[in-house]
Amino acid sequence: MEKEEVKKIIYELVEASTGKKKLKQSDILKKVSADHGIEKDEVKAALRDLVDAGTLIFTYFGGSFIEIPPK
Amino acid sequence: MSKKHDTPLLDELEKGPFPSFVTEMKMAAKHSDMSNDLLGHTELCYKERVTHWKHGGIVGVRGYGGGVIGRYSDIPDKFPGVAHFHTVRVNCPSGFYYTSAALKEMCDLWDQYGSGMTNVHGSTGDLVFLGTKTEHLEPFFAEISSRGWDLGGSGSALRTPSCCLGKSRCEWANIDTMAITNDITQHYQDEMHRPAFPYKFKFKIAGCPVDCIASIARADMSIIGTWKGPIRINQDEVQNYAKKMNIQAEIIDMCPTGCMAFDGKSMKIDNANCNRCMHCIAKMTKALRPGTEQGATLLLGSKAPIVTGALMSWVIVPFIKMEPPYEEFYDLIDKIWEWWDEHGKNRERIGELIERLSFPRFLKDVGLDPHPAMVKEPRRDPFFFWDESDIEK
Ligand code: HEM
Ligand code: HEM
Ligand code: SF4
Ligand code: SF4
Repeated sequence: MEKEEVKKIIYELVEASTGKKKLKQSDILKKVSADHGIEKDEVKAALRDLVDAGTLIFTYFGGSFIEIPPK
Repeated sequence: MSKKHDTPLLDELEKGPFPSFVTEMKMAAKHSDMSNDLLGHTELCYKERVTHWKHGGIVGVRGYGGGVIGRYSDIPDKFPGVAHFHTVRVNCPSGFYYTSAALKEMCDLWDQYGSGMTNVHGSTGDLVFLGTKTEHLEPFFAEISSRGWDLGGSGSALRTPSCCLGKSRCEWANIDTMAITNDITQHYQDEMHRPAFPYKFKFKIAGCPVDCIASIARADMSIIGTWKGPIRINQDEVQNYAKKMNIQAEIIDMCPTGCMAFDGKSMKIDNANCNRCMHCIAKMTKALRPGTEQGATLLLGSKAPIVTGALMSWVIVPFIKMEPPYEEFYDLIDKIWEWWDEHGKNRERIGELIERLSFPRFLKDVGLDPHPAMVKEPRRDPFFFWDESDIEK
């Protein structure tokens, strides 16, 4: 799968759970790789792109989570 | 900066024989608004007996999921200097060696971008830079990374590994603690900067069972140097010690496993029963040395009491060589992390998970064979306690 496509899937997953359940990095890797049959490393690389670009960020609240940055 | 706040309660903490953090805060307050307000803020917390700090949230530098710990005052109007008071963790060098030039440079940068106050080192290991504003994080990070420094770990990530000074200065080191610490740090950059664990994970590496870094109590994985085979004995030196100490009372009778003998002429050790407590070696440094086949014991699971009670590390690999490229070691770590990732709950340390699912289950799942040397809590208390006679001297 193209990296851009994986990035889109990740972003949509985080967006959909915003305000419902905070996702950890491992939740995202597990879900995206299971749903789309791709390697966790591939998901990780796409996620890293998103974080490096500031599209998604790490947050901390008694644990570390991936979220959309506040506007 | 002139004095802004009266601090009668804090002033009490300047009395007495010990160095005082209040004195340090006052020194920093002379040239920092942040530290000046920190004094007032801390005084108020003491007076009201309630903390006015809030923590957590979203602070950091781009691309990193850790290294900065967010702190805010809940009364920023009263104390604008500490409206933000974030902590920056900077990865310490192995063995905590610095040049004075490097330290001066870092302190100058911190005067420029932060409160000027540091904690060297935090228990985690890192150089801890206390107190800065969100808008100063990126510029400070740019300055330090351009000089070859990097942030340490925080949050649900691998924390900055740390070690005793090992072979650089200590003849008892059975492993090259500094090289191992550096290798682990480089090998797991991703795990340090991009938090992906259920909770924190710490490596601490000690060169021998004296465990100067208290690895056995403070590291999820304790790597402690040890040896196989006989303790090396120099019988001539034993004779020299016999002239100045009572070997029977001070060494033989104090060996915890009763595996030593001394007939006035030569010393014998039943090495199969030695539990490597280091007592005899530490007391008779010239006469006794660790054996020549050296390596490490790996132990898993210790932690301080945060979510649940304190735990000590449990032996999982009685002996491993620990030589580059450390393949066997990294394979095991990856398996352990996978198991933790699979079964751990949020904020559950690896030691707690083992307690919950059982040690046999852990061994089976990560593919380790049970062995009688997998001692639970091999040493109950790693800290040195002085007895009254020591204090009198
Ligand atoms: C009298 C005041 C304080 C006491 C008794 C205290 C106590 C402690 C202790 C016992 C630790 C663990 C030891 C360590 O890891 O080095 C610690 C760590 C820490 N404290 Fe405090 N603390 C105080 C004030 C503060 C303030 C004012 C801040 C920031 C606003 C702060 C932020 C932190 C942070 C970020 C750590 C983790 C440091 C690390 O990475 O090792 N503390 N504190
Ligand atoms: C209100 C009580 C306490 C507070 C607020 C506190 C706070 C802290 C903090 C903030 C840290 C740093 C944690 C980190 O690295 O993320 C820490 C570490 C530590 N604390 Fe405490 N602590 C408390 C009680 C204790 C007690 C009772 C003990 C021992 C009997 C203890 C022993 C330690 C040790 C050994 C560490 C270092 C842990 C490590 O490096 O793994 N603390 N504490
Ligand atoms: S832990 Fe052992 S090897 Fe390391 S400094 Fe202490 S005595 Fe030396
Ligand atoms: S290291 Fe400890 S257990 Fe081993 S012989 Fe010396 S005193 Fe006895």
